[in-house]
Amino acid sequence: MQKILVIFKKQLRDTVRNKTILIQFILFPLLTLIMENAVTLDNMPEHFFTKLFAVMYIGMAPVTSVASVISEEKEKDTLRVLMMANIKPWQYLIGVGTHVWTICMLGALLMSTGLPASERPFFLTVMAIGFIISVILGACIGIASRNQMMATSLVMPVMMVLSFAPMLAMFNDIIKKGATIFYTQQLKTVFDEMSWSTFSAKNITVICLNVIVFVLLFAVLYRKKGLE
Amino acid sequence: MISCRNVSKSFRDHKVLNKINFDVPEGVIVGLLGPSGAGKTTLIKILTGQLLSDEGKVEVMDRDVTKLKGADKNRFGIMMDQFGFYERFTCSENLKVFADIYGIPQSKVTDSLKDVGLEGASKIKASDLSKGMKARLLLARALMHSPKIIFLDEPTSGLDPKSMRAIHEIILKRKKEGCTVFLTTHNMDEAAMLCDNVMLLNEGTIVENGSPEELCRKYNRDKKIKVSLSDGVTKEFKQMGQDKHELADLISKGMIETIHSEEPTLETIFLELTGKKLQED
Repeated sequence: MQKILVIFKKQLRDTVRNKTILIQFILFPLLTLIMENAVTLDNMPEHFFTKLFAVMYIGMAPVTSVASVISEEKEKDTLRVLMMANIKPWQYLIGVGTHVWTICMLGALLMSTGLPASERPFFLTVMAIGFIISVILGACIGIASRNQMMATSLVMPVMMVLSFAPMLAMFNDIIKKGATIFYTQQLKTVFDEMSWSTFSAKNITVICLNVIVFVLLFAVLYRKKGLE
Repeated sequence: MISCRNVSKSFRDHKVLNKINFDVPEGVIVGLLGPSGAGKTTLIKILTGQLLSDEGKVEVMDRDVTKLKGADKNRFGIMMDQFGFYERFTCSENLKVFADIYGIPQSKVTDSLKDVGLEGASKIKASDLSKGMKARLLLARALMHSPKIIFLDEPTSGLDPKSMRAIHEIILKRKKEGCTVFLTTHNMDEAAMLCDNVMLLNEGTIVENGSPEELCRKYNRDKKIKVSLSDGVTKEFKQMGQDKHELADLISKGMIETIHSEEPTLETIFLELTGKKLQED
């Protein structure tokens, strides 16, 4: 536990200095606040931007951050030093994952300020689930990448699909059909109604399948490549 | 302290280490000398458990290196060129991360920086340090938890003489405190100055080992003497054979300005054994 905390603290300190990561964390919460307060369109659903950006935040920030942190540590050979200082790979991964999840949750908290108080627990719970799935996916990419450049190349298409597919699905039925296999699209459906009752068997099955696929991918990659 | 028995390692078809055998007793500095590509870094990685050997056995602190536990690893201090640091952190923040990991008080951070002469740079970002300062920061991190065994991979490679001297002093100080030091280098002067024992590594094989003095004496076959004469001429004489009469004659005539024995250096011994130089010109 103490070592996980050390990694958490280290990441926290680094986040303030690492502008690339910092932007990922604050971009969507900030955009949400601005757009919700500045833009009003006819027939616009209630809290449209909060719901839309929430899904984009889930599909973008944790995946990019976790992959970037792990690949940077690999590239700069600091991960090897941590391992030699007796940090176990699982301690490192939990430390990084918990840090990214916590910062994202703070962002989600900020995004939720525009929602009615009664909807906030639901919103935050769904966001928390989404962030966990994205953190696992980000860790897969981080483990698979030898350096930051490789991580960026892998993150970009994944992030585009996960973040933008739910938005584009609003305007195109074909994209909507295709996007249903992604957890972000299912979370978007859930956010549209903002109620526990909207969780259908289909939502839960797709989300669970996504989790299973990412966990298996993580296990395979970790077994094959470890953190070296 | 370290025991290496018949250790071999290959990468694909290339044999990097071939049946390496040696023992390192406690409290000494042992140097592994060899040119680039001789297998020095591979051996240090095997000794520290970062890499598995294909054959043979390595024991560190009487334990199989592959079975070392966390507490054992905490008794290692490792400085390798490939080991990085957190560039966005200051020197002291870099060390604080590891002070937390090792569970040592934060006050030790200041002491460690002071030990390597970086006390004035504690608030400087690691990315802004000079090469010599970066090496000292890496050394501070390797030594801050008072390890019993220190592994140093080319600790002074590419450094200016002042930084090199500073690092030598730190290494010698740790030896006095009872640490065992295993270092790799291709700098013969460094090895001769620091090491109690040196091993000459060439193409994955230890071709010679012993104390620098022993080796220099062993290979001092010609027992040459170099003299500068009062007429400005410099001459080399062998102590044995005809030369000794000429040398005695010069002494009796009072023509000798300076006289020096010409023992071989580790560099010339390596050249004699392998036909290669330790350092590129």
